Amino acid sequence: MDRTDVLIIGAGHAGAQAAIALRQGGYTGTVAILGDEPELPYERPPLSKDYLSGDKTFDRILIRPASFWEERKIAMRLNRRVVAVDAEAHEVSLSDGSQHGYGSLIWATGGSPRMLSCAGYDLKGVHSVRTRADVDRIMRELETTQRVAIIGGGYIGLEAAAVLTKLGKKVVLLEALDRVLARVAGPDLSSFYEAEHRAHGVDLRTQVKVACIVGQDGKASGVRLHDGEIVPADMVIVGIGIIPAVEPLLAAGAAGNNGVQIDAQCRTTLPDVYAIGDCAAHANRYAEGATLRLESVQNANDQAIIAAKCLLGLAVAYDAVPWFWSNQYDLKLQTVGLSIGHDQTVLRGELAARSFSVIYLLQGRVIALDCVNAVRDYVQGRKLVVDGAKLDPGALRDTSRQLKDIAA
Amino acid sequence: MPTLIIKNRSGIGKTIEAASGRSLMETLREAGFDELLALCGGCCSCATCHVHVEAGALARLPKMSDDENDLLEATSSRDELSRLSCQIEVSDALEGAVITIADED
Ligand SMILES: Cc1cc2nc3c(=O)[nH]c(=O)nc-3n(C[C@H](O)[C@H](O)[C@H](O)COP(=O)(O)OP(=O)(O)OC[C@H]3O[C@@H](n4cnc5c(N)ncnc54)[C@H](O)[C@@H]3O)c2cc1C
Ligand code: FES
Repeated sequence: MDRTDVLIIGAGHAGAQAAIALRQGGYTGTVAILGDEPELPYERPPLSKDYLSGDKTFDRILIRPASFWEERKIAMRLNRRVVAVDAEAHEVSLSDGSQHGYGSLIWATGGSPRMLSCAGYDLKGVHSVRTRADVDRIMRELETTQRVAIIGGGYIGLEAAAVLTKLGKKVVLLEALDRVLARVAGPDLSSFYEAEHRAHGVDLRTQVKVACIVGQDGKASGVRLHDGEIVPADMVIVGIGIIPAVEPLLAAGAAGNNGVQIDAQCRTTLPDVYAIGDCAAHANRYAEGATLRLESVQNANDQAIIAAKCLLGLAVAYDAVPWFWSNQYDLKLQTVGLSIGHDQTVLRGELAARSFSVIYLLQGRVIALDCVNAVRDYVQGRKLVVDGAKLDPGALRDTSRQLKDIAA
Repeated sequence: MPTLIIKNRSGIGKTIEAASGRSLMETLREAGFDELLALCGGCCSCATCHVHVEAGALARLPKMSDDENDLLEATSSRDELSRLSCQIEVSDALEGAVITIADED
């Protein structure tokens, strides 16, 4: 049986950074990363942006070149999946029937795309956007695709809509709630993005319920809505969130439910088992201490560093300010903080100018900003979020003054 | 194919051959410098690819955009030689330049 001092499950953003941080911190034990995708760790955000559009080739989105992992003595065991964890014996079982022992385990498995539960979910031509393989399948079919139906108006669905529209496809975007981005942003931002997509030719519909995917000869040909209408489509892209990949850990007895529960040092309730990234449910100070999972590169990276430091004997608590970005058309969105739970929003700038910020307040404190083509607000707003600054909404609205001067 | 001298955070220099056309960030990543996080992958959204470019070479580069200038304010060690490496295209203008990876924020 193979055994390494540290075993990282999942060769994604979090897993890669955990290994990098361990070596950077001078860790000399053996380290292996075990992942079920065939590729070396790569950046996921471009999958719905520059990679899908063809602007970047795969080699340009690798997190590190192959030689890097060899030089740092980080063993890559790809193309295999962990199916069970024995926390007491300190070993995991793999899909190929083998076992791998560990001193410490870092669980960094992200999540798998939530599938539709209706008929036709598995027809050919129905895709998710989570892995390179997903996007390569989409790209292969694009040549023979004119009409695309995207189900789900979250960031991934919207980014895919922007890219595919630019590639000349007819895109219909179907959102079940009354606005896009409903789970992550306020109504100002939602209506702004809805108008932008419509102006670019996307048939964007909210409050529509999907009944099923219809098909011919095993291939999707459209989406049937609850009212009976069939939206014709050669391709269906489903972007309705992920399910954290934590089954084996929970089965081994780790606490958790939607994700695996971790403490401020990224430790699960199992001995010597850490969890980081999209799959890790943690109490976040920027959400009033509420327990949640964050799906962002920031969170994957910062939790990886915390887990690595913990293994290096440095006890530091996870306390990083959340940030995120999204690129659609010529719009650069940058988010800092978490807007969930806000009780007031302030619009700084004009939507029509396509450069503005939505500032989210809770009991008068700045808790988050969504900045569209407004990098300066994003940079200066970060400090307001970190400080929980209490500022007058009228002053925040005043674009003749910079945020840092308003706070001074 | 300019030759660059890259200094890491411990001040140790390494000479690399850089391919023209790619960004400096991609070049540093490809050359195995692990200190550069470059979290946003080069879309000028994160400021974790901060470097200091030697004055002579800096003057030969195209001017930085407003976005890059604003984003650099997010870093704690900004000086007049600061640039975001993902916003620099490698070209012969960089021949012989000393590039220093900026301190962590
Ligand atoms: C299309 C897209 C666009 C995005 N855009 C942005 C953006 O603009 N900005 C941003 O901040 N974030 C963005 N994100 C989110 C970001 O990519 C994730 O938050 C990040 O990848 C999380 O890293 P992770 O390591 O936790 O999970 P992942 O990167 O998903 O890595 C987990 C890996 O573990 C593997 N795995 C799962 N189970 C097992 C198992 N049992 N055994 C072995 N391997 C397993 C998975 O297959 C995967 O390879 C985007 C995500 C997607 C999909
Ligand atoms: S890599 Fe993010 S700004 Fe350069």
